[in-house]
Amino acid sequence: MSARTRELMGLIPVSLLVSAGFAAVLLTRTEDVSDATATYGLVFLALCVFAHLFIRARLPDADPYLFPLAALLAAFGLVMIYRIDAELARQQAQWFVIGLVFFCATIVFLRDHHVLERYRYTIAAAGIALLVMPRLPGIGSQVRGAYLAVEVGPVQFQPAEFAKIAIIVFLASYLRDTGDVLVRARLKPLPYVQQAVMFALPAAAVLLIALALGVGPAVTVLLVVFTVSMAAVMRERPSLKHFGPLLLVWGVAMFMLLFIRDLGSSLMFFGGFLALLYVATARLSLVGMGATMFLGGATYFASTVSHVQQRIEVWQDPFDRELYDAVGGSYQIVQSLFAQADGGLFAQGFGQALLELPCGQNILPAADTDLIYAVIADELGLFGATGLILAYLLFASRGFKTALVAGDGFSKLLATGLTAVFALQVFVIIGGVTKVIPLTGVTLPFVSYGGSSIVANLVLLALLLIVSDHARKDRGRMGQGGLV
Amino acid sequence: MNRQIVQLFALSMLLFATLVGFTSRWTVFEAEELKDQALNRRSLIEAQQIPRGLIRAADGTVLARSVPKGSGQRRIFQRTYPEDNLFSHTVGYSFLERGSTGIERFRDDELTGEENEFSSIFSELQSEQPEGSDVTTTLDIEAQRTAVEALGGRQGAIVAIEPSTGRVRAMASSPDFNPNEVPTDRFSELNTDEEARPVVNRATQANFQPGSTFKVVTAAAALDSGKFSPESIVDGASGQLVSGVPLANFGGQDFGSITLTDALTNSVNTVWGQVGEQIGRETLVEYMNRFGFNSDPALDYPEDQMNASGIRNADLRLLDGDDGFDVGRVAIGQGGAEGQIQVTPLQMALVAAAVGNGGRLMRPRLTEKVVAPDGRVEESFEPEEQSQVMSAESAGELAAMMSRVVEEGTGTAAALSGVPVAGKTGTAEVAGAQLNQLWFIGFAPVEDPQVAIAVTLEDQPLGTQGGQVAAPLAAQVMETLLR
Repeated sequence: MSARTRELMGLIPVSLLVSAGFAAVLLTRTEDVSDATATYGLVFLALCVFAHLFIRARLPDADPYLFPLAALLAAFGLVMIYRIDAELARQQAQWFVIGLVFFCATIVFLRDHHVLERYRYTIAAAGIALLVMPRLPGIGSQVRGAYLAVEVGPVQFQPAEFAKIAIIVFLASYLRDTGDVLVRARLKPLPYVQQAVMFALPAAAVLLIALALGVGPAVTVLLVVFTVSMAAVMRERPSLKHFGPLLLVWGVAMFMLLFIRDLGSSLMFFGGFLALLYVATARLSLVGMGATMFLGGATYFASTVSHVQQRIEVWQDPFDRELYDAVGGSYQIVQSLFAQADGGLFAQGFGQALLELPCGQNILPAADTDLIYAVIADELGLFGATGLILAYLLFASRGFKTALVAGDGFSKLLATGLTAVFALQVFVIIGGVTKVIPLTGVTLPFVSYGGSSIVANLVLLALLLIVSDHARKDRGRMGQGGLV
Repeated sequence: MNRQIVQLFALSMLLFATLVGFTSRWTVFEAEELKDQALNRRSLIEAQQIPRGLIRAADGTVLARSVPKGSGQRRIFQRTYPEDNLFSHTVGYSFLERGSTGIERFRDDELTGEENEFSSIFSELQSEQPEGSDVTTTLDIEAQRTAVEALGGRQGAIVAIEPSTGRVRAMASSPDFNPNEVPTDRFSELNTDEEARPVVNRATQANFQPGSTFKVVTAAAALDSGKFSPESIVDGASGQLVSGVPLANFGGQDFGSITLTDALTNSVNTVWGQVGEQIGRETLVEYMNRFGFNSDPALDYPEDQMNASGIRNADLRLLDGDDGFDVGRVAIGQGGAEGQIQVTPLQMALVAAAVGNGGRLMRPRLTEKVVAPDGRVEESFEPEEQSQVMSAESAGELAAMMSRVVEEGTGTAAALSGVPVAGKTGTAEVAGAQLNQLWFIGFAPVEDPQVAIAVTLEDQPLGTQGGQVAAPLAAQVMETLLR
């Protein structure tokens, strides 16, 4: 069976999900059924088949599972959004069309993703510009305390969704060049005595200083890990000039935390960066240094900047009455948890979750975007929610698989970075909704309502498919040519 | 590079597993705690989206119904009470913002259709909207109206029970309120009115001094324990020592040596005080327990809207036979510094009912049956014996004694034409002997009682008597029920 036929087969469960989902929602809405709304499902399926044919024509060797998985997630999202608000589902279907235009355009214009390497600084500048845009007067707009959106006339979009792709492209190409320079070829392991001197001494010294200053256990651990990582990094005597851009990335992440006020995107970007750094250099010490610097910065801001501080308090003690009533307080996360509690193991069933107060006010704020996972847990229960997470995990596995089979460093890093940032985004928003980490306003890829999210993630998918097509084509050629 | 990519994938799996872990924590492991959170009002809001069943009087008159407001997904149901004030305490109310009381609260599961798991799963599959069952009460709307009109806004309560079945036919507490106004600000005013306390159900919640009506309990203990008969002779002179302190009769009247029957007819305190002393604390408390004192009434009504009757000390603790209360004064419905007898009108109605029903106390109840939306009777409540308080013989003797009270004693105002009535009056001095608590308890017809009743009026001026003020009200309600 060819890859493309497998892809087509993969769309069968998607069509089943769409039909069953729409049928279930329609059944629970006996009063206000209109035939037009049900057609969104059909339109969606037609679009999927079209996209499949397009991939068949342009990227015949691309991974056969990525697209069906994305379609499955999008179908999931469409049904949920339809259940929340039929009008939003119509818009989401529209956005899906626009997203597919971008998807096809990416594939048509970017025959070879290596072209991107040439424009890496342009792309980096564009990415940072996108991130800064929400703070620019006139076009920036604040959504729930964070500067995430840009409004130009009637169009509102969230630049961070696109910036994540730009920054990953830049980092992948930058690290491919400098990864080797950052670290030397593997040094021989040191004798134990020397190791002790090199790691234990500075660590002990920092530990003593930290204890003497009484900075608290969390900060102490951060400092010690940072010192040990630093020592390991310095041992390889890296050329300092290459650290500039890395410090810049850290600076950007801190900037986002402070000015964009978005812990979620900040975490997502920096996490993606660390993942790429690790894959490019194979040095845990670099990751340790970066992670401690990020956490250190975040901890510092959490104690000095009031809005970050409130986010943390809300996360730690959401049931506090004062925080619950406060503006931008814990109401959202508490309602999210209540909605999940209603779901239970087997759920309430499609269309059964309580979303509105009798007065018509929403009980669950941002049910269609940030909190859509809570609605899913409510209506599909633990089983449904776990299924969704599994779908994301499968998507991630195909992304990493693409990185594994890719032939060159840039392709590997690009696929890794895109997949990592995608998986991190899932973790950040679901983790926020389930109170693993503080709740922040990023979208659930392919599922949440939102044009920027759909378009950006379809472009991300297109890039992954291009990398995959190249990689698998090369492999196939090698196999056919009998080259060993 | 590949090794690192695989490690990265392993890390992703770990992170996603954490997500599944936390999701199961909220959806399953800690779901109950979250649902019980004070901030969680989801179940209340959901309950509003289900039409509650009707609450009906015994004759089918609707006492509470749900009316839809709004449409589509936003449609909610709000309770209305067509009879306004008539059943404010008994039926109670149910509103999202105020909670629920009375039958509305006690029968909440039935009214919201929650008690049947299977049928709710089926109705969900058929995507039918869940619907509550109807509750038919034992209440007689005419008797209730008579009772409320008889009380006429004065502070007091009337409870009427069918002795042979325990069905509560009327339960009125005054002053009352209009349950339709509960969601408005008007209710907040009522709720904070510490003087008249209109939201309190005096019939089940008040602690009133029973005065001489408690002599019926003493008499039951005296006769059934075998220590006395209706013909036993006791000295009824006023000013005799009871518990070492002189006890006066009403108006200081001396009666000489008289039978117990005469002593009940004329409500002679000194006689019953001595009877109390002779039967002793243990026996008196034993008979009180059989009548249902010292525990919440076994009524199908919310527990926190009911009070136990009994002997209470200054801290309102219920005393038992081992506590050294003044048994002579408790026996006549008063008490001393150690403890006073305090009762609810419901309890006194049950005392009358038990005597009328041959000593057999039937469990009181407000619900007749629960009817599913499809007309099927889901639950039907049969008469149930609560206790055999005394022998049928003792009950017959006591009934005869109580008949004399209405025929020629203090309770003549309760007499009905053509129907023999048995009863006992009571007048208790309250508020430092500045005001009177007036009582009448009784049943009719004596031979085959259809109704047992307790009537009480609070804080009446000095000089008023239970026989003059409370007894006529009892006559009106009994007449309505016997019609």
